[in-house]
Order: sequence, then structure tokens, then C-alpha cells
Amino acid sequence: MFEYAPAPESRDIVDLKPSYGLFINGEWVEPLGEGREKTVNPASEEVLAEVAVASEADVDRAVQAARKAFTVWSAMPGSERAKYLFRIARIIQERSRELAVLESLDNGKPIRESRDVDLPLVAAHFFYYAGWADKLGYAGYGADPRPLGVAGQVIPWNFPLLMLAWKIAPALACGNTVVLKPAETTPLTALAFAEICRQVDLPPGVVNIVTGAGETGAALVNHPDVNKVAFTGSTEVGRQIARSVAGSGKKVTLELGGKAANIVFEDAALDQAVEGIVNGIFFNQGHVCCAGSRLLVQESIATELLEALKRRLGTLRLGDPLDKNTDIGAINSAAQLARIRELSDAGEPEGAERWSPACLLPDKGFWFPPTIFTGVAQSHRIAREEVFGPVLSVLTFRTPAEAVEKANNTPFGLSAGVWTEKGSRILWVASKLRAGVVWANTFNKFDPTSPFGGYKESGYGREGGRHGLEAYLDV
Amino acid sequence: MTTAPLAEVTASNSTLRGFLHGLPGVDRVGADARAAMLGTRSIKTTSKRQAIDLALRMVDLTTLEGADTPGKVKAMCAKAVHPDPTDPSVPSVAAVCVYPDLVATAVQALGGSGVKVASVATAFPSGRSSLEVKVADTAFAVADGASEIDMVIDRGAFLAGDYLKVFEQIAAVKAACGSAHLKVILETGELSTYDNVRRASWLAMIAGADFIKTSTGKVSPAATLPVTLVMLEAVRDFLRTAGRKVGVKPAGGIRTTKDAIKYLVLVNETAGPDWLDPDWFRLGASSLVNDLLMQRQKMATGRYAGPDYFTLD
Repeated sequence: MFEYAPAPESRDIVDLKPSYGLFINGEWVEPLGEGREKTVNPASEEVLAEVAVASEADVDRAVQAARKAFTVWSAMPGSERAKYLFRIARIIQERSRELAVLESLDNGKPIRESRDVDLPLVAAHFFYYAGWADKLGYAGYGADPRPLGVAGQVIPWNFPLLMLAWKIAPALACGNTVVLKPAETTPLTALAFAEICRQVDLPPGVVNIVTGAGETGAALVNHPDVNKVAFTGSTEVGRQIARSVAGSGKKVTLELGGKAANIVFEDAALDQAVEGIVNGIFFNQGHVCCAGSRLLVQESIATELLEALKRRLGTLRLGDPLDKNTDIGAINSAAQLARIRELSDAGEPEGAERWSPACLLPDKGFWFPPTIFTGVAQSHRIAREEVFGPVLSVLTFRTPAEAVEKANNTPFGLSAGVWTEKGSRILWVASKLRAGVVWANTFNKFDPTSPFGGYKESGYGREGGRHGLEAYLDV
Repeated sequence: MTTAPLAEVTASNSTLRGFLHGLPGVDRVGADARAAMLGTRSIKTTSKRQAIDLALRMVDLTTLEGADTPGKVKAMCAKAVHPDPTDPSVPSVAAVCVYPDLVATAVQALGGSGVKVASVATAFPSGRSSLEVKVADTAFAVADGASEIDMVIDRGAFLAGDYLKVFEQIAAVKAACGSAHLKVILETGELSTYDNVRRASWLAMIAGADFIKTSTGKVSPAATLPVTLVMLEAVRDFLRTAGRKVGVKPAGGIRTTKDAIKYLVLVNETAGPDWLDPDWFRLGASSLVNDLLMQRQKMATGRYAGPDYFTLD
């Protein structure tokens, strides 16, 4: 057996402070309240730093700073705003190793992913929207589309820095200013981004970062001087936000949960389909809103495919997120682990068969083995509810029409995947699927030029691409 | 010679064609991405040391030039037995690979060292001759003492869809090999698509190949990681289907320790650790050996020695 010796990425490159304040009006300030929260490394439960909990008054300060900065920022020629965004993108590239290590420390995701997926996409997103800043008149929203004002943005913990980029890059390119709240379990890369804003001499108040949990988020979303609310997270919180801003005139985009079908037809390229299934559900420990959590496989190849899939899962390497050879990292928090366990435990009593590869879990930290359920029916909870973890439900189908029917039979509609070597079938299935993104012969591929967003309970509005500009323009 | 569970497949060209075209396709983008991802594995310290020695033991040290002479081959054989004469802990390579007319020289030079003699045959590298000539070429090398034969397939016949002709030629050469092991070179650089690589792999295995080999080294591209990935998937699946284990040999263009280790990772995570043995995986190379030695010495001493400290044979 060829064992790989530990190959940990050094964490020395990260300079963690014991405690962080709020980033308001270009300065680090102490919160007005006493609130402090600890952020931990989910792989070891080690406390990484203490961060401020912003109160309603803190959020108000941040919104006021953003409002003041809006006058300057929105009046600035697009070509000037672009310079700042390009500079941010370049510094992210220069500091990408540090940011990748920080992301893996705080989030638990493998360094291979933060290094090879998250950080390149973060930089690409800023580069892409930097390019739009002086071309907004050609985006199809009128000759001189205007920004909205102050954007209140609340982002999740699964791709902390990438979600920040998805929110901040288009907002700034269009001339808005922002107050962003990172997730309470993963604030550190957003705070590092605040430093980058200072490094590029971004005018004070254009970007404000307020840390805290749900209450801070609610204060931000409900602040009367916020013109635009952008949220990525759970469908439950998304619903609350939609209710609370209804009638306020605030423009809203919501990117919520998913229960994506990954459909494998009998004529698929099987080895690559197996890779796509693994990437679809085990990428980022399944903490992906567009994860391919429902595998729909044609019955005629189900046995063969499952055998290949199980063999492949046996090669996944679970462990230290900072080890360069780790495929599966830690679950982000104790609360999320409890949620995954609760839903998974419902699988067998409902009649599904559970399987995980032989896999040693570390003693400390939050871990869940890659798990597949076979014999799943549409009515099972594990086929209907979002697990947001490394748990795959396998269902079978007989005909293309049945595959489409099952794929669409969910309250969600964020993404889907189609695997077949037959081009005409890809087009037919894609046109029938009610999902914002349909991947063909691949899965979980992202690009800043491509719009992303959901149908139904997966939310509304699009992020990325030319379409992503609309959310931040007065159109 | 045909593997029993697949016997009916070769009844006619149309049954053979039906079988080969019924194999699952290979998505190029996905295969490339998988090979690239495995190429990012970080192999350090003890596992790197282990990998370097394993790679050395897997090398088929090769010279296939018109200018080859007995002197050149003898020198290479000396290197094959003792890659680093100053360090007896360095293992011998698996085999030397030469043209048929130099087999006798190599057999004599290697004596009882345990290093095998492989010979290319069958109108290498193009394979453009009659079956009689190919069989005679093989028989000549075997008679002179080659224990392994690296044959080339008829790419023209393969691309023309005449799979049965390719099958029959491989089977005939296999018969001529007697007890010698047969490596079948697919020359994947000329087959072009990964679908073709998978079909040619199965075709060769059904016809009795003991090893499937990527390239002659005379065509670019020679061995690549994704092509080797597809071939490793083929041997893995063939074992399950036909119950017979076949080896894989990428050849050409593998020059650095880093390259070699990427191939070992590919084997480990595709066909599995059972293939991580010179009996089941070989690296067709020449300059690779010195880079392996250089890295090996670096790991032992902490310093790189200059290229003049490693013999050029």
C-alpha cells in the first residue's frame, strides 16, 4: 500500500489577532455593545479568535458610513471604480495562499479546495466585475443605469470569501456601497478582506464589515436606510427576510437551499459520471447549496454504477483540512453536524439502506463520513430536505421522462446535472428541468461570467455574469 | 488465448465492433480534470523516498535508436543493474528495452542480474508490414532470449474499423511469444480520442496482452496522465469482467521524479495498490533514472549533486 505521508500546508503565513473589532468607515472600531463571540477551527475545536457582535446601533453606524460614502462612490467615473476593483483582485491573488489557509482554518474545508477552487474564483469574480464598471451603459439596462444606494448583504459559512466576492464585486462595480455581515462561524476571511480594502485605499465607508449572528443580520436587513438586500443562506431565513422587507421598497435577491438531482443515463461516460457524483455531493463536505444530493440513476446501470461509486468513495481521504492530500474536511460547526446526523438518522427507519466507506474520524472536531443511501424513495425525508452535508440519496428511474419528473418533484430548483454521451438528450432534459443551473457531464463548476440562482424555494435573482448586474442597478 | 468470458466477442468483426463500441464512453474534459487533480497530490518525506525506489524498480530502461551499438547497449545494461554504482542500496531497474538485433547482447550483458530483457518487435514503431514479418520479428527476439516483447498494434487497421485484423495479429504475436510476456503498444498519440484508447485497451487485453503500453516514444504526444488513467480503468474493469490481471506501461516523455510520482499516484487511486509492483506497472523511460537518483540522493543528504555525479549510459 502506498501511504501518503502528511503534507500539511503551513499556517505560519496567517497572522491571526486575538480579537477583532468592526470595520466601519474604513477603520477598525470597537462595538458599542459588550457582545463578543469566539470563532473556532472546526477540525480541532481550537479557538482561533474573538470577534465583535455588532448591535443594532453598530449596524446603524455602518449603514450611515455607507450612505455617506455612496455620494462619493456613485459619482466616481466607472473607470475609476474599476481601478479599485482590479487592485483588490490582484491583491487577492498575491495573498491567495494566506487567504486559502485562513479559509480552511475557519471553515474546515480542505486546503486543496480553498487553494484550487475558492481563491481563484474569488479573484476571478473581482476581475470580471471590475471589467463591467465602466461599461454599464452596454449591459442592456439603459444608457446610464444608476446604482441603488446602500446594499445590506448577509452571507453564509460554506464559501465565506467566495460569497463575499459574489456580493461585493457587482455591488461596487455598479456604484453601490455595502455593509456586509459574514456568517458567525466563519468571519475571518471577511475581516482579512477589510484589511485588503485598506490596502487598496478604498474610500472609507464603501465597504463595511459587521460581524455577528442572526440578530445582527436582522438589524442590517431591516435597517430603513438600506436600499438593497442580498442574502445567501437557508430557505427558512430567506423566507423571514422576504416577509420583513415586503412593502419596504428594498430590492431583494435571495439565494437559498437546494436538493439538486444529478441524473445519470445508461449511456453516460461512467468513470467521469462517478467523478461528477463525488464532486457533486462530497465537494466542500456537501456544504453546497447546489450540491447534487439526489442521484437519479437509470435502473439498467444502477448496480454497476453503485459498485463503481462505492469503490471510489473508498479512496476519499478524510482528515486535516490543511493537509494538501485531504479530500474531505471537517463539518463547519457542531450545530450543522447535529443537523446532518438528525436527517441521516431518519434515513434507515424510512426504509433506505445506509453505506459509508471504512473511514477513521479524528477524535476532536466535527466530522461526518461520506455517506450514501440507496433504495431511497421520493417520499423519504433524505430525498426531500436539504441535508447540507456529505450525504447522497440514490434513486433510480426507467425513462428520461421519469427522470425529469423526479428531478423536478422538489420544492427547490437551484441546480441539476445530466450525464449522457448523447447531445440531443442533454438538450431535451435541460430544457425540461426547472433549475437555475443545469450542468451537462460535469457538476459544481462555477465561473464569474455565468449567472447563478434558483427557481421556486431556491430563491430569486441572479448572481454572476451580466445578469448579476441587474440586482445592483435601479432598473 | 482468448479470455473465456469474452470468447464470443471475437466471433466476427461485427461482434467485436459491437462489444468495443458498447463500452462506456470517456468524457475528455472529465478524464483530464481527474488526472490533473491527482497530479496535485503532495508526496513528501517517507512516501517520496518509497515512491522513488518503487519507480526505479519499475523502469524499463530504453534505447531505441538507429545508432544503437553493442557498446551502447552493454553500457546501458550496466546502468540497469547498478543505476548508482556508488550506492548499493539503489535497486536495479525492471528491464532494458532494445531492438531485436541487440537482444542477444543485452541478455549476455545482464547475465543472472534479474533485470529482464524486453525487445520491441512487429515492425516497430509503425507496425507497417505483413503478419509473417511481424511474427518472424517476434520469434527472432524470443529466440535470442527476450523475456518480454513490446509489439505495436496496426493503427491503420484499428482506425479503419478492422478490429478483427488487429485482434488476430495480437493473438498471432502472443502465440509467437511462447513464455515471453507480451506488451501491446497502442500508440495512443495516433488513436487520438480517449474512446479509442479504451477500445484499443480492451481489444489488446481480449487478444491476450499481458501489458498494455501507451506509446512507442516515436510519436508525440507519447504517454500522458489522462491516457494512462483511461488504460488503468480498463485493466481494473477487465480484471472484474474477465478475471485476468493485465499490467500498464506508460512510455515516452516521463523525465522527472515529479512525473513518475504522479503516475504512481494515478495507479494507486485508479487501479489500486495491487498494481503498484514492477510485475504490473512499468515506466518506459531513459533519462528519468538519473533524475530519480538525483532526488534520492537529495533526500538522503539534503543536497543536490551536479549532473556530472550521475552516469550517462
